[in-house]
Amino acid sequence: MDLVEFQGKQLFGRNGVPVPPAGSVCRTVDEIVAAATSQLAGGASAVVVKAQVKTGGRGKAGGVKLATSVEQAREHAESILGLDIKGHVVQVVYVEPASDIVEEYYLSVMHDRVSKGHLVICSREGGVDIEEVNRTNPDAVVKRLLTSAEVADGLPLDTATAIVTDANLPDEVLASAAQLLVALFGAYRAEDATLAEINPLIRRPDDSVIALDAKVSLDGNAAFRHDGYAEWKIDGLDADDPLEAEAKAKGIQYVKLDGSVGVLGNGAGLVMATLDVVAQNGGRAANFLDVGGGASADAMAESLGLVLRDPAVRSVLVNIFGGITRGEEVANGVVEATNRLGDFPQKLVVRLDGTNAEEGRRILEAANLPNVVAAATMQEAAATAVQFAG
Amino acid sequence: MSIFVDESTKVVVQGIGSQGTFHALRNQAYGTKVVAGTHPKKGGTVWEPLGVPVYATVREAVEQAGANTSMVMVPAPFTKAAILEAYEAGIQTIVTITEGVPVHDMTEVYDTVVRRGGVRLIGPNCPGLISPGKANVGIIPADITMPGKVGLVSRSGTLTYQIMHELAQAGIGISTCVGIGGDPVIGTQFLDVIQAFAADPDTEAIAFVGEIGGSEEQLAGAWIRDNIPDTPVVGYIAGFEAPEGKQMGHAGAIVKEGGPGGESAAEKKEILEGYGIAVAMNPSEAAQLMIQRLS
Repeated sequence: MDLVEFQGKQLFGRNGVPVPPAGSVCRTVDEIVAAATSQLAGGASAVVVKAQVKTGGRGKAGGVKLATSVEQAREHAESILGLDIKGHVVQVVYVEPASDIVEEYYLSVMHDRVSKGHLVICSREGGVDIEEVNRTNPDAVVKRLLTSAEVADGLPLDTATAIVTDANLPDEVLASAAQLLVALFGAYRAEDATLAEINPLIRRPDDSVIALDAKVSLDGNAAFRHDGYAEWKIDGLDADDPLEAEAKAKGIQYVKLDGSVGVLGNGAGLVMATLDVVAQNGGRAANFLDVGGGASADAMAESLGLVLRDPAVRSVLVNIFGGITRGEEVANGVVEATNRLGDFPQKLVVRLDGTNAEEGRRILEAANLPNVVAAATMQEAAATAVQFAG
Repeated sequence: MSIFVDESTKVVVQGIGSQGTFHALRNQAYGTKVVAGTHPKKGGTVWEPLGVPVYATVREAVEQAGANTSMVMVPAPFTKAAILEAYEAGIQTIVTITEGVPVHDMTEVYDTVVRRGGVRLIGPNCPGLISPGKANVGIIPADITMPGKVGLVSRSGTLTYQIMHELAQAGIGISTCVGIGGDPVIGTQFLDVIQAFAADPDTEAIAFVGEIGGSEEQLAGAWIRDNIPDTPVVGYIAGFEAPEGKQMGHAGAIVKEGGPGGESAAEKKEILEGYGIAVAMNPSEAAQLMIQRLS
């Protein structure tokens, strides 16, 4: 799960990573104006109005603006609220007192899939796209891989010091940057983050360093030890499709896509393959849905109902491989699920393969469901479903 | 021969709840030597449906029942401790079926058990593995396949079953099928399995099923080109239609937005084909390609 900036800063703050003075989370122009008024009156020389969306490139898209007056803050509020940034419509804005910036650096900790360890990246060139810096001036980017054993008791201060020194941060900030990195690593570990990125990390006139931005991704699998991440779930931040939100609440693996053939199957790999085969037959899948191992009647009815509620769905391809769950059980599940759902206009193509598949197909045919067609192979099923989708 | 599990495999099951019992019974019925279960509070009792002892610890299962392989089926919050317990008890092959294990837990487990411990860890979030006619450890349906010469390795369970089934219908059996799992951090990688197949005299061809996300398939592909260019190898990468930035069921099946590249199915296919490996567009085509290569 990805956090937006103000949430990332909250997470940093409670783990000892220095951040700017707290700002205000706003949803309306009036709230933004009130926040700016109070912060300017409180001694801020300027305020920053920042779109809170779960995507990069906010600045370039006009989603981050500096205001030195209340009037200017109002103008920015009007232009940023509702702004579309790569498909994310801005509903939440963070207003923060502007910080005095002497220099900008880059610092991050992330999980590294290739080495199966932790990766710290630090650069003296911050505030810009770090990938770009890596391409044009790789010497300016320091990368340090750490195994679990090396950080069993947290990131050692001397390791942190070596990293920020190697990145050529100025002598004046080395001590505070190293301390910040130790805290950042602690936050990453304690909060089960897979990414904790600061870009830019800024040097202030007093040579202290603070996180001016925060990008944090949390591991969904670790939600059980963080109260389900309930504290981070607030309205207006997730651009989730309503069906995706419903599926998530029901524990169904569902991803909305932009085609017209509804897809469900048992097993993530098989469903991904089904999307591929639908495309190879000239159609586009409307969704990804994994019903999981058992494919019981309950799970089938719940999943099928979800797929059929998508108005874009014109036909549905049910792709089940009977392994431990046998073909006849799956077929009975499909029959019961369609009976439970009552009338629906879309055709359902059910492809059953694997253990006792023939028996399953016989059950489907015997049930004589008006809008259910049985298929023997994935290709045949996909071709038929694409045809029904028109 | 076969890899990782065979007639000498003696399994202790960690997690003897309803799921663990259901699958352990199936494994036992297939002929796998399931020698014990563990449960912290039920030590000294008998695991009724299987008729084997329950021990409080894995160490007792090793010392008293001769277990050399563990199947981990405990819930995700307890998986790290279960794997570490098996490792400390001297188990040499740990098969972890559990899904939903936190990345930080697995990173620590990998470092201790695999990198430093040198133990064979398979999974998590995997269907396990089967050497047909010898042993089945995990949840793979055994009756859709038979002994043969094709080694199969996959990140996806059901896709593997699909290919095994289609090969079996063409009369082709397998030496070992390994489900390595769909998580970002897994104990055994494609390359590990392919190297083991290459060293196995009874494996004459290899089929592998990858997914979007990560770059393990490419590592395996480069090794195949450099070391076993004459072995028939067929692949399939699931997820040509998966959009960037969306996780497709498996925790590891995601093409990161602005990520390192090489994570999409199309990119992986192109890279693998560059190594001279035939990559199918769907699982049936993969099975057909293998059938052609072997006929």
